[in-house]
Amino acid sequence: MKKNSHRTQKIAFFFLFLATLLIVVPVGLIVVMIIQKGLPAINWQFLSDVPRQGMRAGGIFPAIIGTIYLVTGAIIFALPIGLLAAIYLSEYSKDSMLNRLIKLAIVNLAGVPSVVYGLFGLALFVIFFKFGASILSGSLTLGIMILPIIITTSREALESVPQSFREVSLSLGVSKWQTIRHIVLPNAIPGILTGTILGLGRAAGETAPILFTVAAFYLPQLPGSIFDQAMALPYHLYVISTQVPNVDEKIRYGTAFVLLALVLFMNLVAIIIRYKFRKKKKW
Amino acid sequence: MAKILTEKLNLWYGDFHALKDVNANFEPNRITAIIGPSGCGKSTMLRVFNRMNDLIENVKTDGKVLVDGINILDLDADLVKLRKEVGMVFQRPNPFPLSIYENIVFGERVHSENIKKDRLDEIVEMSLKSVLLWDELKDRLKEPALRLSLEQKQRLCIARLIAVKSDVLLMDEPCSTLDPQATAKIEELMRELKNNYTIIIVTHNMQQAARVSDDTGFMLLGELVEFGRTQDIFTAPRDKRTEDYITGRYG
Repeated sequence: MKKNSHRTQKIAFFFLFLATLLIVVPVGLIVVMIIQKGLPAINWQFLSDVPRQGMRAGGIFPAIIGTIYLVTGAIIFALPIGLLAAIYLSEYSKDSMLNRLIKLAIVNLAGVPSVVYGLFGLALFVIFFKFGASILSGSLTLGIMILPIIITTSREALESVPQSFREVSLSLGVSKWQTIRHIVLPNAIPGILTGTILGLGRAAGETAPILFTVAAFYLPQLPGSIFDQAMALPYHLYVISTQVPNVDEKIRYGTAFVLLALVLFMNLVAIIIRYKFRKKKKW
Repeated sequence: MAKILTEKLNLWYGDFHALKDVNANFEPNRITAIIGPSGCGKSTMLRVFNRMNDLIENVKTDGKVLVDGINILDLDADLVKLRKEVGMVFQRPNPFPLSIYENIVFGERVHSENIKKDRLDEIVEMSLKSVLLWDELKDRLKEPALRLSLEQKQRLCIARLIAVKSDVLLMDEPCSTLDPQATAKIEELMRELKNNYTIIIVTHNMQQAARVSDDTGFMLLGELVEFGRTQDIFTAPRDKRTEDYITGRYG
């Protein structure tokens, strides 16, 4: 009997381990495949030149720049709003019907399919506000998409600051806002940064939200203002993979490689910040 | 004159009547101990005196609490001033994750943005001297406060109050996380400090109350059953319930 239960445990352990291992396999395969096929395409010309011969040659420089503009714009819009909302929700809001509704809305916002954001951006920013298909419209659309990520992670970061810090600070005659500014925020910044960078990574990789709001099929010159259209890496990848015939596989995988490297790099930065903070944290 | 005087102080957490008609008189330059079993309302009462109960939702207070003759339960009471004057030492020593120096000047820095460094240095030295930590720590002021021992942390928390010029120290079981030796040292410090401060200590350690306090109040189920000179409470309690508690029949 005893031996038997030991064996059952071993079998269970094996299957649990197997399931966990299965998570690693697709990630590993994707990364290996992209690197294998994409790396040979990477050279200075590929990174710094505009696409040529109907995107069958040349580089992807405008798409890289476009993505950087879009991500920067999204964060300029989403970080302040997201952070202020998180401060309100974690520090000021009481448990009322309205606030529960707000929290529910945020959770649902995170679950909205990205193409719906694209359509929403088209209706609101491109048409209603007459921003046209532009970096501004695209950034705002991406910003709304990553808002829930920023709010949720910032809230978690704020709430993980021990309650006792707030109590002591208030008990020293420090006002609530001063307590937030001098004690809560400084201790939450690493968590907020991590969330922001994860949001950035998400914004950099999405195609659907920029499809109708900013992305240009082919635009060899760099955008001159926020009211211009721009190329972007994920959309460019979509175009050269499905819309333009006879694009060399090397160029497609090279583009995917750059996009993946960009997103992984951002996630890596987030991980490093979190790691450093955990090591420093002592409460 | 009383430093803190309560008149018919009542407090409810929602429907729960946590403090019932408490009348007490805390005199300056004395140590008053509040004893009683867990949940009797002693910490709640302490937290009325610096309005920390405001942080909890659904708390209702009525009656009067006079600190230096001013009713602090008034809606327009100056909470910043009150909390500077009536400082609190918590059960778990809770320095901020800052340096020793920055912990002490924290309040001062927030209250007066462009204070001179000389002035801050003075405050640090004065406060650490008052809690008898200056000689130990004067060369380590830039070190993180979280690296100190528990007893040093608790002293540092007291120094932090002295720095904002509190004159009442509310202590909520300040020694419950400390070993007996560290406890003895904190008690010694309390005796030292009472020359300049009014100290109210909540404790469920009766020996500690007997050792360190001048006055003692015994609370039970939200009522202040008996309040008087410590000696009288421990040798000749007037109320049967007090006697039962201090002789260890329950609690």
